[in-house]
Amino acid sequence: MVTTLRLEDLGTRYGRTEVVSGVSTPVLTGGDVIAVIGPNAAGKSSLFKRVAGLAKGSGKVHVETANYSRNTICYMPQDTGSNAVLSVYESVILAAKQGSSLRVQTDELARIDDILAALRISDLAARNLGELSGGQRQLVAIAQTLVREPEILLMDEPTSALDLHRQMEVLSFMRDIAKRQKIIVLIAIHDLNHALQYCDHAMAIRDGRMVAFGKCANVIDRDLLRDVYQVDGHVERNSLGHPHVVLRGPITGSSHTVEYLSERIAAQ
Amino acid sequence: MISDQTTVMAGSAHYRARSLRRILILSGMTIALFLSFAVDLATGPANYPLADVIFALLNPSDASDQLRVVIWEIRMPVALMALTVGAALSTAGAQMQTILANPLASPFTLGISAAAGFGAALALVLGVAILPAFVEFIIPINAFLMAMATALIIHFFSRMRGVTVETIVLLGIALVFTFNALLALLQYLASEQALAAVVFWTMGSLVKATWSKVAITAIAVAIALPLFTRQAWALTALRLGDAKAESFGVNVQSLRLKTMLLVSMLAAIPVSFVGTIGFIGLVGPHIARMLVGEDQRFFLPASVLCGALILSATSVLSKLLIPGAILPIGVITALVGVPFFFSLIFASRRKSW
Repeated sequence: MVTTLRLEDLGTRYGRTEVVSGVSTPVLTGGDVIAVIGPNAAGKSSLFKRVAGLAKGSGKVHVETANYSRNTICYMPQDTGSNAVLSVYESVILAAKQGSSLRVQTDELARIDDILAALRISDLAARNLGELSGGQRQLVAIAQTLVREPEILLMDEPTSALDLHRQMEVLSFMRDIAKRQKIIVLIAIHDLNHALQYCDHAMAIRDGRMVAFGKCANVIDRDLLRDVYQVDGHVERNSLGHPHVVLRGPITGSSHTVEYLSERIAAQ
Repeated sequence: MISDQTTVMAGSAHYRARSLRRILILSGMTIALFLSFAVDLATGPANYPLADVIFALLNPSDASDQLRVVIWEIRMPVALMALTVGAALSTAGAQMQTILANPLASPFTLGISAAAGFGAALALVLGVAILPAFVEFIIPINAFLMAMATALIIHFFSRMRGVTVETIVLLGIALVFTFNALLALLQYLASEQALAAVVFWTMGSLVKATWSKVAITAIAVAIALPLFTRQAWALTALRLGDAKAESFGVNVQSLRLKTMLLVSMLAAIPVSFVGTIGFIGLVGPHIARMLVGEDQRFFLPASVLCGALILSATSVLSKLLIPGAILPIGVITALVGVPFFFSLIFASRRKSW
């Protein structure tokens, strides 16, 4: 049975502020990779937490799966870092073993070895969490998520601290896993060209509402850039024949735009 | 070279080796604890030869009355009290540090001990019973209730929005000063006799140990440890931050409250029986962390063993430093323990916290 996910009129509050409201999607099926795009503080993280059941609110999350468990929907939060005296390997065990026995089985160890190898971070296994760089922490967080064998995976900016090579590596790796293991993967992502390249669908969020949903190439266009991101740009075919976002600059007069731009610059 | 080795070794192999080493460390600590306990029983102002002590332990009915009373009625409760109080305080400190994400958290630094001291002084000086029903246990009950209330104040304060790790420590310091000031006020008002009792109480001494106090402390530890063990993965996950722990499916709020309640009990009971013994609750878990890391499956037993071992060894020291006298143990833990702790910190290459 292929896992499906459908969001119906989903909403949530932070304190008294409504941060997500009225988000409904068509049925998503195992293997779909969906880019969740939108400016900072648009409500992407809150939406993920609502879907994962970590935030209460209105609406319904419809999940169909062969066997529902605490790991069916996994949310990978944005990286916060930790000074715990735990090795990378231990922190991945920790993710795998929540709610189960204290004893760690041999096959579980082997699975963790495999995941670390697949993410090419086997050499970090014995390192303490406090010694990792931001990018390394993100890769460890991905390992912590994958080890739980989710069927629906919500990744909150999993590539923000990675270098270009690692970003593309991780995204193609996630796409590959999604297709092979029929996982629904939602990725909050800022780089629209990466969204175009690695995701099937895009869900655009602004001010807590879903303003567009569809094939990436249909969602990401001049209007979206202007209305959601307040940037002047368009999408054209590049020399490889793929759609490609070309940005001219921020549309002035909005503080929001300036904030976004400065972050892009910082990210570069 | 170590770095080359780790890249060659699979993560699981490294993990297995590390786990084995931790089990060895825990075993070593257990053996050291037994030795320390034995030495604790064998030493005291009445200088019995070791053979006599062993004889009295093995055949209590055949030993002379005096020897039996010294070993079974005086030394044994004190030695066992050292183990149970050390274990309770260290465990309390370990879990406080875990749930408050704060290396400075301990019953002593957060004012719980000071609150207990004030509660005890209320009874000693003014005869005020917070729970009037149990007048014969007025001192420990007062101390316990004050300690419990303080722990809960800290817990609820720590859950308020915008409260950081630093503000919790500041609150703890504020509580320490407040209770110490209130205590000083009581001392100022106290009769000479009551004053002496308060001073002795606040110094912390195992000499007050009795079998029933040992039993109650042991029961508290016996209740808390299995509950903590069941939550070992979740408690360890807390150290990755709330957001991460929640994403792993841990109910962070509920886990914190339950843990804090158990911790309050673990911190309050020993303090209410033996007075203020600082340092163990802070340092026991730190030493445990240096030795075995923060996987609670190892960290929890290591904290228990560390606390018990430190207090047991200190109990021995308190009898040896001035022959014929037993110094208040709370004084020794600080005087001897602090330099020992610093030497460990500087000797330890690995960053712990």
